[in-house]
Amino acid sequence: MKPAPFTYACPGSVDEALALLQAGGDEAKVLAGGQSFVPLLNLRMASVESIVDLNRLNDLAYIRRDTDTLCIGAMTRHRQIEVSDEVQTAQPLLCRAAAEVGHLAIRNRGTLGGSLVHADPAAEWPLVAAALDAQLVLRSTDNSRTIAAREFFLAPLMTAIEPTEILCEVRFPVAPAGAVWGFQELCRRPGDFAIVAIACQLTLDDGGTCSTASLAVGGAHSTPLHVAEVEPIIIGSQGDAAVMTAAAEKAAAAVDPSGDVHGSADYRRRMVKVLTQRALKEAWGQKRKRVLQ
Amino acid sequence: MAETQFAESQTIRVRVNGQEYEREVPVRRLLADFIRHDLGLTATHLGCEHGVCGACTIIMDGESVRSCLLFAVQADGAELQTLEGLANGDEMHPLQQAFWDNHALQCGFCTSGFLMSAVDLLDKNPQPSEEEIRYGLSGNLCRCTGYANIVKAVQAVAEQSLRHGSGQVQS
Repeated sequence: MKPAPFTYACPGSVDEALALLQAGGDEAKVLAGGQSFVPLLNLRMASVESIVDLNRLNDLAYIRRDTDTLCIGAMTRHRQIEVSDEVQTAQPLLCRAAAEVGHLAIRNRGTLGGSLVHADPAAEWPLVAAALDAQLVLRSTDNSRTIAAREFFLAPLMTAIEPTEILCEVRFPVAPAGAVWGFQELCRRPGDFAIVAIACQLTLDDGGTCSTASLAVGGAHSTPLHVAEVEPIIIGSQGDAAVMTAAAEKAAAAVDPSGDVHGSADYRRRMVKVLTQRALKEAWGQKRKRVLQ
Repeated sequence: MAETQFAESQTIRVRVNGQEYEREVPVRRLLADFIRHDLGLTATHLGCEHGVCGACTIIMDGESVRSCLLFAVQADGAELQTLEGLANGDEMHPLQQAFWDNHALQCGFCTSGFLMSAVDLLDKNPQPSEEEIRYGLSGNLCRCTGYANIVKAVQAVAEQSLRHGSGQVQS
């Protein structure tokens, strides 16, 4: 239960980190918050020759609003997002999702970027990044590129990041006027990974008619899954039960879950339907609450 | 700019419960093992060693963290608090006293982790509801008590701080 030997470097700048990663070649790995990576090392499910630790890179820990985009540095801790007034104003779904990540001691240390690159298909950040169409800024020594979260996740724990790249920033669209959201997560105990989770954002006009919709499923597919097929069903509707059921059935048909000790594939598919209905209901419920206020 | 190199060991300086330590450590040494073996502070317990049980919870720079998920080198320059730093001489910390009064431990293995998590919980939210206490301590596992008395103990301290009108739990 101790990690196998490795060499370690803790650079003071992103450029230095990128150079170290380049020098380390395929055998060097990036350490962010370490709340998933270090357990893998301790259990010896993973071993590495070298570690580049990003924890002194304070210039990758920030929350900045740039008109319609909320830019969050990859080394921002879950807890900082959870309690940020700026995030609560610009994109409250992120605060809601952050509160579901692990436990307090995990959230104090774990990072947004680390969770995304770890790419657990049942984790909150990959799900929300897919639902909101977040853009990820990746850097290497000689290049910088932006990739959509919806293209970033390839398989469980597999992403499009290159071994010499570091995820530096995550860009979320600010919730537009009239935006409401739903977030539903099923797990056995608080802090566990989701058995199934749903995140959605809708834009509703004054009468409650939906003009844009976006929904993603976590925990029931090899990656967080953006289910574009539900959008034409929801858009133009006022959230009546038949529409929610039709959308939920579409979402359940779109996923290809695998079963494990926490739930069979059939159970997960069924829960996708149930939780999609609840998430949509939650979203329209926010609208009704605003009208009453 | 100083060129950072990959290293197998490193000299680190930490402040633990107010005392400075300087040690050379292999880079793969977990912070929990450093605290126990290198510093001899054995109140911090190791249960699962992969971040599930919460027994190794300590306070680092004012925030609760799992010391089995950090390398000792990552704590270089940090201020740490372990269970040894809670009591004031012979006088127990209010949380320790409340655990005693409410019979909030049986075998005691998980207790130091619970106490450190509760310190952070009350620091962030001095008057938590029962639900907030349960949520705040959900990252710590206890196999003996069934949690009821642990929750009661934390509630007792929260009520105490309400009575004394101070938001903070004094150590």
